[in-house]
Amino acid sequence: MDSAVLDFLAATIRIATPLMLAAMGGIISERAGVFAVGLEGMMLAGAFGAAAGTFLTGSTAIGIASSIGCGALVGLTVAVVAVRFRADQMVTGLAANALVAGLTSFLLRGVIGHGRTPVIHTALLDPWPVPGLSAIPVIGSLLFQQPPLTYLAFTATVPLYWFLVNSHAGLLLRAAGENPAAAYSVGANPAKIRTVATIAGAAITGLGGAVLVLQQVGTFSDGMTGGRGFLALAAIIVGRWMPFGTMAACLVFGAAEAMHLWVQVLGLPVSSYIVQMLPYLLALAVLAAWGRSVVMPAAIGVAYGDPDRS
Amino acid sequence: MAGDSIPLLEMRGIVKQYGSVAANAGIDLTVSAGSVVGLLGENGSGKSTLMKILFGMVRADSGTMIFKGRELSGHSPRAAIGAGIGMIHQHFMLVEAMTITENVILSLGPAGRRLRKREVSRLVRETSERYGLDLDPFAVVGNLSLGRRQRVEIVKALMRGAELLILDEPTSNLSPPEVDRLLSVIRRLRAEGKAIIFISHKLGEVLEICDQIVVLRDGSVVGHSESDACTRVGLASLMVGRELDEVFERSTASPGLKLLELHNVSVPAAPGGSGLSDITFSVRSGEILAIAGIDGNGQLELAETIAGLRPAKVGTIELAGTDITNTGVADRIATGLSYIPADRIGTSLVPSMTIGENLMLRDSHRAPFSVHGWLNSSALDDNAHGAISAFGIRAPSPNISTKRLSGGNQQKIVVARELARAPKVLIAVQATWGLDPGATQFILDRLLRLRNDGAAIVYISSELEEVLALGDRIGVMFDGRIAGIMSRADADVTRIGMMMGGLETQSSVEEIRA
Repeated sequence: MDSAVLDFLAATIRIATPLMLAAMGGIISERAGVFAVGLEGMMLAGAFGAAAGTFLTGSTAIGIASSIGCGALVGLTVAVVAVRFRADQMVTGLAANALVAGLTSFLLRGVIGHGRTPVIHTALLDPWPVPGLSAIPVIGSLLFQQPPLTYLAFTATVPLYWFLVNSHAGLLLRAAGENPAAAYSVGANPAKIRTVATIAGAAITGLGGAVLVLQQVGTFSDGMTGGRGFLALAAIIVGRWMPFGTMAACLVFGAAEAMHLWVQVLGLPVSSYIVQMLPYLLALAVLAAWGRSVVMPAAIGVAYGDPDRS
Repeated sequence: MAGDSIPLLEMRGIVKQYGSVAANAGIDLTVSAGSVVGLLGENGSGKSTLMKILFGMVRADSGTMIFKGRELSGHSPRAAIGAGIGMIHQHFMLVEAMTITENVILSLGPAGRRLRKREVSRLVRETSERYGLDLDPFAVVGNLSLGRRQRVEIVKALMRGAELLILDEPTSNLSPPEVDRLLSVIRRLRAEGKAIIFISHKLGEVLEICDQIVVLRDGSVVGHSESDACTRVGLASLMVGRELDEVFERSTASPGLKLLELHNVSVPAAPGGSGLSDITFSVRSGEILAIAGIDGNGQLELAETIAGLRPAKVGTIELAGTDITNTGVADRIATGLSYIPADRIGTSLVPSMTIGENLMLRDSHRAPFSVHGWLNSSALDDNAHGAISAFGIRAPSPNISTKRLSGGNQQKIVVARELARAPKVLIAVQATWGLDPGATQFILDRLLRLRNDGAAIVYISSELEEVLALGDRIGVMFDGRIAGIMSRADADVTRIGMMMGGLETQSSVEEIRA
């Protein structure tokens, strides 16, 4: 196969991987009825956690754990404000994004750089070739010689799908996002479900940040997520809140971005900015076409409080 | 099987007081296994409160409830379900994006955790076949008709082991074939030994399906008998139970030209609402047509269709001789139509705006309120002061926001604003809802004065007393139709009650009485 095509496909997977993890985290949160507007901040917190954890301890494992923890912390903040105190979810998410952007920049200089902007480098995770499969020509190098978080990002879709569709906990989670009053009427606690889902989703989203640092860039810089959280949000919409659809959307978005590298290589007369707009245009088209249809969690964004308490 | 000796449920002396109003003033109710008990009554007669008490949603002030030989005390909906009581609410508690099976698993709570979808779907199918519910366990609830969704609720209750089912106004959102289907399901349930409480205001259905009928009025049981012993006329007058009396001084009407005419107006039903079918009537200058009916029989839709908020799919509407069928709201207002909706906070007032601003809202684009696009604050203040004194609105200043006012004062603002426009035609829905007697009287007086000044008024209310007090002619709506219109002189509560219960049209009432 043409090496340019291979490069294009490799870039697609690379770009899609952090989106995948953020989007899977977002699905958990949104299915429970909490808008995942804070994905960008959760991802950035995860990236910072990965960089700081790895840099300070020298262990990528601790870096990964730290990215999960930092993402979850942002999730906890969102859950307290938007679920416990029933603030507007959209505003809460945007505020969390702004908070994390400022906080990570501050911590980078204040804690790691002792007042100056530090230059930190972290080791990159090595690819884990899958024995046997990685030897397959073309496909092997493309799919089975990836670093560990990439496998995780793509295989996580299967248990997530199973959890949402076939488990009782998943049923309750969806009920909290569709009709919390109905969930409450059968003895579940929608506020608790939403809190747990938001935090769990944020932890997974944090891993998406770790992918950027530990598999791609090897350092942390201010605002390095660069809108990937919002792209993941768009992928969830295009994927109709289901893991496999969302995975497909992430790959399409990844391809769109990889395309702009290609466009430059081939010297096509298309502005790369236009190409980068494509994912969002696609998300808008999907929203306009289906609208607020049955597929969208019906109670998303609707605050729900424990009726006994309020 | 009807009328077993040992009752399944016995409620004794149930009292529930809301402020000074007794929603339930010592109600007794007995239900046996394998029987259907009809609970009949107007809006506010206490049937919903009684059922909420039974289901543990509301606690009674006093009284006892014995179910299957055990006293239910201090119980919650969950305890009621556990004891074997199922309630089918008017508004379904279903997750639309999920399948029937998933909704059932969800409803089973912790007990459902160990169940597999396949087993549950098999049970749903079996239950469905046993009671003739005709449900596909894998159908997504959001795609089902309202009748089917109701049967999903029935399956949910049965699978939780319900022996007593409470059906709250179960037929109000159903089409006639769906009603027939539901009644046959109820017969199957009865044959299997289930007890059913059937809450309704529709006399025909109650007589058809129930073994016993209990009639509530003003929180008390006013009638209790085997349904075979009931007559329609008897039930209707029990339910309504009032004599027509002159509530206040009023001049006789002197109707002039037809100002509002509806010809064969039909509107399809919106989901969860009523439609309108073939509505024809006219209202003359200097005349009030008061429309009675139990809530949800198309009154809201009628008002909104005349006001221009809903398009009339079929038929024509004429206002003072002008065809307004296809004109927008703004044009209708300009032609001389005013509308006082039932939902004053949602539709007529902007709660955070001041009294003065709300009072000029409809005419803010015109002189004197605005000149060349700029608001004239002195005109606004003059207008507000005038309305505040004329209508006795209790407010310290026209500049406070309307959300700080009581409901009565808010309503006075709406009425003041609409009447100030000297409309040719006024549509008012429940204009005195929630008001104290003084404010009610005041608003009714103002409406009569408007009518004496030559306006045509359509007054829609589910308060029969008000309809009787205000109407020069009285119409009754049932199931999206005008069941009949009679002149004030011919009005008779029994007849109105029967029409409200959907029993008879005008002519057949005459036959029964003859």
